[in-house]
Amino acid sequence: MQLDLTRNLPDPDGFYEHLVSSQRYMSDEEANRMNARLILILSNQIGDMAVLKAAIDFAADPKGYERKAAA
Amino acid sequence: MFQTYQYPEYSYSQSEEQRTDTLKRHPVVVIGAGPIGLTAALDFAQRGIPTVVLDDNNTVSVGSRAVCYAKRPLEIWDRLGCATRMIEKGIKWKIGKVFFREDLAYTFDLLPEDGHKIPAFINLQQYYLEEYMIDEAAKSNLIDLRWKHKLLNLTQEDDFATLTVETPDGVFRMEAEWVVACDGANSDTRKMVGAGFSGQFFQDRFLIADIIMKADFPTERWFWFDPPFHRGQSALLHKQCDDVWRLDFQLGWEADPEEEKKPENIIPRVQAMLGEDKEFELEWASVYQFACRRIDRFRYGRVLFAGDAAHQVSPFGARGANTGVQDIDNLGWKLKLVLDGDAPESLIDSYHEERAFAADDNLLNSTRSTDFITPKSEASRRFRDAVLELSEVTDFAKPLVNSGRLSAPTPYKASSLNTEDESDFAGSMMPGTCCSDAPVKVNGEDAWFLNQVGDGFTLLVFGDEEAADVAAGNVKARVLRVGKDLEDADGKLTERYDGAPGTVYLIRPDQHVAARWRYFNDNKVEAALKTAMGGA
Repeated sequence: MQLDLTRNLPDPDGFYEHLVSSQRYMSDEEANRMNARLILILSNQIGDMAVLKAAIDFAADPKGYERKAAA
Repeated sequence: MFQTYQYPEYSYSQSEEQRTDTLKRHPVVVIGAGPIGLTAALDFAQRGIPTVVLDDNNTVSVGSRAVCYAKRPLEIWDRLGCATRMIEKGIKWKIGKVFFREDLAYTFDLLPEDGHKIPAFINLQQYYLEEYMIDEAAKSNLIDLRWKHKLLNLTQEDDFATLTVETPDGVFRMEAEWVVACDGANSDTRKMVGAGFSGQFFQDRFLIADIIMKADFPTERWFWFDPPFHRGQSALLHKQCDDVWRLDFQLGWEADPEEEKKPENIIPRVQAMLGEDKEFELEWASVYQFACRRIDRFRYGRVLFAGDAAHQVSPFGARGANTGVQDIDNLGWKLKLVLDGDAPESLIDSYHEERAFAADDNLLNSTRSTDFITPKSEASRRFRDAVLELSEVTDFAKPLVNSGRLSAPTPYKASSLNTEDESDFAGSMMPGTCCSDAPVKVNGEDAWFLNQVGDGFTLLVFGDEEAADVAAGNVKARVLRVGKDLEDADGKLTERYDGAPGTVYLIRPDQHVAARWRYFNDNKVEAALKTAMGGA
């Protein structure tokens, strides 16, 4: 499986609202820790090392990743 | 200020009933002659209801205010005979661009399909819009527009309301079978009936500036997140007619509204946005803050609330005036049926049911946009900025960018006036949905579908299926046959309505689908017609 960056969320606004409002009453530190937990949970759900590696590399440098892919 | 527009002054005249000290009962009194009150007067009069409008002022909107008018309200104004002037004068647009810092993040097209009479959006200063509707109202002998009439008090009996009204000639009383309150977000009428009006208040301030400038920017909506000329905040640029441009700057909660309104503070902001060398003049400016709230009930006895008096949204998405016009579209035909005794009074309760549902949809969209545009915490801002950054290089992040979800009609999906489908249909025209337009031919001439749907109930019939007008009491649904009364020359009508031969749609007087079948059966149509009239 390849890293899929095309749209796949059926209700983007509903998803975003749920994500952001889950942190509404958290301190910044608490929100950061929740984000770390969330990434680990979603990574386990994906379970494909090639995809996870590609996603990590892309997130680290989205514009640089594109340049590398084009080269 | 105001170099491009001359404000009309409408003359006050004392009413006959005040002069002769006669207590008169009117079928409908509308409070407020803004865009919603004027739409109400035009709609009610077109349906044959004599309508009195009271307004405490004697001119149009001061400042361009609402500006963006969407396709659906323009279709309603087209039905009321005043859209052509608005569209001719207004600036038509459908492309929006969203910038993040220095870069273009995302472009959207609001009307990607052709074959619609009315454009996706026009920008028009609110004073023009009101002036055109006042001109149109003057043509009707059923509309009695009373300037300098201020509502002081309102009391209610079972079947009418008594209004105490102040004019330059003193105070008098009048009665109304129905009162339609269109007196804005700070509605006095709402306070008089003791209605609740609650929701979320946003701690942020925005500066609107209208400037006059010759510029060849394209007629698109440009929205910036965190631009170099206004760091950490958002900004908006939009074209209006007469070379007037609307600029909108987010200021933050700490900003002082009186200071920010001063030209010497506005001009540097505009120069930073447009460049030092750009020549412009300041036309009008205002600093605003906003809330997202809704009245608890749209109906209080014989008093009905519409527009900002019933719901207040954030400006992102142009959902204020646009929604209010659709309130009236929903209300007019129901009032007419109830006033004529053709439908039970309970039909009016479906006004709350359907329009509160639409208001909640608008509030949800407008609140979500506001949360995206003005993040409430660092955590929220990080997600927002990540979405914007990723939207420049990926497809998946684009639909998450929210600079305002622009006004579109809310389908009354679960309305008690709908009859459920018994067959499968493709496309979006499910019961409760606002009818889509399509190009058609009538007597060989180019025409538009929505202009063929009359003011009453319509039975849209595809193909040769035998069908006839259906009556429920005094109310008739009239057959409009595709292939006879109109031709679907491009096939777009058939496509948008999944109109295989034999398909029958029952369409309400506000151009919403009430029911549909794959064949004609007069008993089923009659039952659906009664359901659509609140169980008449």
